[in-house]
Amino acid sequence: MKKIIFGIAFIIFFSFLIVSAVNMRTFGEPIISEMDDYFIENAQSETGANNVVTSIVFDYRGFDTLGEATVLFTAVVGIVALFRGVKR
Amino acid sequence: MIGNLPYVAVVIFIGLGIYTLMFKKNLIKIAIGIVLIENGVNLFLITLGYRKGAIAPIYTQAPSGQAMVLPTPQALTLTSIVIGIATTALILSIAMMIYKHYGTLDTDEVRRLRG
Amino acid sequence: MKEMSRIVKTVTNFVYGFIIIFGLYIIAHGHLTPGGGFQGGAVAGSAFALLLVSYGSLNSNKFLKKDIFSLFENFGLVLFIVLGFSGLGITFFYNFLANSGSWFGNAAFIGINPGDMNTGGVIPLMNIAVGLEVLSAFGVIVLTMASGAEFTKKKEKS
Repeated sequence: MKKIIFGIAFIIFFSFLIVSAVNMRTFGEPIISEMDDYFIENAQSETGANNVVTSIVFDYRGFDTLGEATVLFTAVVGIVALFRGVKR
Repeated sequence: MIGNLPYVAVVIFIGLGIYTLMFKKNLIKIAIGIVLIENGVNLFLITLGYRKGAIAPIYTQAPSGQAMVLPTPQALTLTSIVIGIATTALILSIAMMIYKHYGTLDTDEVRRLRG
Repeated sequence: MKEMSRIVKTVTNFVYGFIIIFGLYIIAHGHLTPGGGFQGGAVAGSAFALLLVSYGSLNSNKFLKKDIFSLFENFGLVLFIVLGFSGLGITFFYNFLANSGSWFGNAAFIGINPGDMNTGGVIPLMNIAVGLEVLSAFGVIVLTMASGAEFTKKKEKS
């Protein structure tokens, strides 16, 4: 019984996802891109790096990268603490 | 329809992941479902930033006179991939500890043994 | 995890140095070519996974030390935070070395160019810090999970 209800809910959800994917804007033509055009034009003169993606990751959005490095460090600390009592 | 095929691929990824999360009981299979949803979201971000006929946003010896792909979704995806690897490693470690403690990976069995 | 055959060990001895060098190349050229700290760290971290798989977890504990990896990881994170704080005269994460003429301070040639190693300001240093952190984080994760799997298998057999 529970499986049938779950199946009906999953089919309804999946059909909503399919309909929204078919009705999205056409692939390959982004509508709003002022921020990215600014990055592409001015990244070389402002940060001096040729790679625009790296200049966004480490300069314009450096705070994101700080949080990401902290998440990685926390995951490693969690794994080490999880296996700490295990003796080989 | 055929122009929106990448979005349909994203939906199939996410749908398979949610199917796995709803109907499977094994912890390793649940981890595989989470990774499938994660890859679907990454593919969706990359798809949103694509511009038709454009090149990667790197100026070193690029072909001249071409438009460039939007760089911000790529940067966000780069962050997302590393976080995904870290969380997957943590999920698999916890599954290993559950197997060591209970001797099984089935979620119903674990619930029955605990209670 | 048991060690694998002699063929696998010979090929591993031949190849793992090249993998680490290629990862370091991707880290160091992150501001010019496709790549950066995360990708190069992942490539160099896969070399440690290769060593672990081919030599087995008991043998590889002799030459892959978990404490050294952990030390390098802490060093990478602290270096990244210090680099972020040293631009604090203007804002947090300000690129204080770009276009200044000192380390990595040449102004980039605007437009399509063959690439100059000495540009980018603080970005190559942050690439090195994050690459060091990701590399050693992968090493710690792989080594710890391998030793845990050893224990789980031993309990299953008894």
